[in-house]
Amino acid sequence: MSINIIIFGQLTDIAGSSLALENIADTNCLVEELHNRYPALAKAKYAIAVDKQVVNENTTLTENSIVALLPPFSGG
Amino acid sequence: MDRKELYERYQRQVILPGFGDQGQQKLLNAKVLVVGAGGLGCPVLQYLAAAGIGTIGVVDDDVVSLNNLQRQVLYSVSDIGSAKVERAASVLQQLNPDIKIIPYNERLTVQNALNLFDVFDIIIDGTDNFSTRYMINDACVLLNKPLVYGAISQFEGQVSVFNFRQNNNAEPVNYRDLFPHPPKEDDVLSCAESGVLGVLPGIIGTMMANETIKLITGIGETLANRLLTYNALNNQVYQWALPARSGTRSLIPEDEAAFLQMEYEWLCSSERTQSEIDVAIFNDLIAKETVDVIDVREPGEMPAVNDFSNIQIPLSRLAENIFLIKSDTIVAFCQSGKRSLQAVKILSGIFRSEKKIYSLRGGVVEWKKQKQTT
Repeated sequence: MSINIIIFGQLTDIAGSSLALENIADTNCLVEELHNRYPALAKAKYAIAVDKQVVNENTTLTENSIVALLPPFSGG
Repeated sequence: MDRKELYERYQRQVILPGFGDQGQQKLLNAKVLVVGAGGLGCPVLQYLAAAGIGTIGVVDDDVVSLNNLQRQVLYSVSDIGSAKVERAASVLQQLNPDIKIIPYNERLTVQNALNLFDVFDIIIDGTDNFSTRYMINDACVLLNKPLVYGAISQFEGQVSVFNFRQNNNAEPVNYRDLFPHPPKEDDVLSCAESGVLGVLPGIIGTMMANETIKLITGIGETLANRLLTYNALNNQVYQWALPARSGTRSLIPEDEAAFLQMEYEWLCSSERTQSEIDVAIFNDLIAKETVDVIDVREPGEMPAVNDFSNIQIPLSRLAENIFLIKSDTIVAFCQSGKRSLQAVKILSGIFRSEKKIYSLRGGVVEWKKQKQTT
């Protein structure tokens, strides 16, 4: 099962602008995997969206789910 | 302004389907406050003034500098050194002499925010730092005001409408539903540090003006309960549905008195996270090291703490009693962990990096709770 992840803002400096991961069951597993691969992400703040919907709780991922990592911006 | 001139000025929008005289009248009656007269504030102000918003307030305490002119399109070289809100008001008044522009040449603080917001219908966040963004959000929730939000970083922007009930179905969301806790200012680079393409605030600010006009006139659909993201490099635009998050309300001060106590700048300061320690680390620390533990509560506050040695210096008299502190490591505690954070702030100001200064997270309440469970 393949999960596509798109990354926004300055998080792209850490993990690039997109990546695909295999066999990730839910968003908690995804976060754990991402933080293992990119330890700097663990320190960053971001919201997670699954298929265009920001999620606040652990969410099951399915084949071809698109996950977005959305960091806050402060600039104005 | 007579009717003919009024019609002439706004004719191109009045003839739009669904807009009409009625839409224009709503704009003329509206009162909008723009916080920040910078990259986002300039296009917001320009388009709102042009559209005929009847009363526009603008808050900012900054002056124009040369490196603003690349994106802050209301200002000219001759404005350098002048207060932004004064210059903006003057330019906007020339653009549209029939509306009321109110410049507030001051910084938004917890002391002035609620009174200021109270007289406006809609608040627009065009600020450039997290502490003010969280303050604006919380004030809007407290006062039940719609908030038009925009933020930028390098080539990307975000736009949303918070605290507005688009239809009767969805609970209105606010900024804290998306990002419950402020990041530290050091964790996310500002435009000053990381750069910004000049047209980006132009695009995002214009979208914010558009959301404001839709909120007032009722035409179309706003970005309430949705976040729009835009990337200037590849033109990718996304909309993300925002659900309400349980527990968000508990993060927002519940009344004016609680709001006045909030220390937004401190919440975003990186010193803060480094200085908070939890009960386990605290117990470890007092067992192993020579530590001065300071009870910063007022005399007589319960529960009394006799389980570990501590010095009693109320927060209000901390600065003049620092001679009582001998150790190189200090832990302040209070009832809940809030006043002790203020104590850390005061002590850090005095001792700088000479001493290690900590606050017990959760205070005595948390300490007692964990003692009972272990």
